[in-house]
Amino acid sequence: MTLNNIGDLNSMHVDVLTELGNIGTGNAVTSLATLVGKEISINVPRVRILDFNESVQFIGGAENIVTGVLIRLIEGIEGMILYIFEDKFVATVLKTFFGKEFKSALEINEMDKSALNEIGNIMAGAYARALSSMTGLKITLSTPSICVDMAGAILSVPAIEFASIGDKVLFIEDSFGIGNDMVNSNMILVPELDSLNLLFKKLGVGI
Amino acid sequence: MSKMINVGISDLNIAKAPDVLVTYALGSCVGICLLDKNNDIGGLAHIMLPYSKEAGDTVSTNLRRYADTGIVELIQMMVRNGAVLANIIAKIAGGAQMFQTQINTFNIGERNVEAVKKVLSANRIKIVAEDTGQNFGRTVFFDVKTGEMKVKTASSRLIVL
Repeated sequence: MTLNNIGDLNSMHVDVLTELGNIGTGNAVTSLATLVGKEISINVPRVRILDFNESVQFIGGAENIVTGVLIRLIEGIEGMILYIFEDKFVATVLKTFFGKEFKSALEINEMDKSALNEIGNIMAGAYARALSSMTGLKITLSTPSICVDMAGAILSVPAIEFASIGDKVLFIEDSFGIGNDMVNSNMILVPELDSLNLLFKKLGVGI
Repeated sequence: MSKMINVGISDLNIAKAPDVLVTYALGSCVGICLLDKNNDIGGLAHIMLPYSKEAGDTVSTNLRRYADTGIVELIQMMVRNGAVLANIIAKIAGGAQMFQTQINTFNIGERNVEAVKKVLSANRIKIVAEDTGQNFGRTVFFDVKTGEMKVKTASSRLIVL
């Protein structure tokens, strides 16, 4: 048996992906905490399988301005990771890193963008390491790329690229405590189907 | 009173004056506004991909997501409702490249715009205005009565074409 559509994933698959998310986020938080010199706590990530319209609604609607960081998985497992950082996340990060007050995501400068890119990079790297250590697959990531724009326009990027394999994405919601602030980040994982099948095979999970 | 008719991604619809067709947050997708002013009929399609045949699509049966099949369906819908093909003109918006990645050099936004132009030209529909390419999202309002296409971006740029 093989999966033909992300919509075919059952609750056991979701549990496995949640656990991977958990380990990945744990790794990421350790790196981030070192970087910012503050304690960071995390909750267990929530994994949902959503279609395009549901994901857009989940991050505030088509015209809500969000910050997206895109990283491609280019070897071992192929696909795309897209982080959607809401304003509160961006504000907390910029305050923690640079002591800067945040007004609007549309006003952040190149230096802020490169800091956010780096955070996406660290988080994706940590998730990839978790995948890699559990599957034995070598996983290579592209450099990150950032875009601040309407949620609908940003989410159309994975939707277009993976239109031929289904209209659903894995939506992983992480919630962090940085200092006294609780912030959320959303990770959208769109693996190629062959890669997803390979992943479950390596993990010994039946399909 | 005019109504606002929302067209989602991979979808299309028509409207009669004085209604306004709207589609939100086009990224690499392209919004195609068609108008037969003599008969006060307009149409809007929000396509995601260029050609239905090359998509290798095994899941979706939604032909409205492609430029070739979507535009033809929109024309047919307009004609069934009283539009005359020879009158129809087009205004298009979208086809941006949202992320500048090093690896994926093939630019889907650009390919979408190219495909839209080919399909319109094959149907002898003239493009009288366009706001395409670059690297930002666009929301489109198409007023069937005036034929105006308003394009709004995240940075509050508003242009009327």
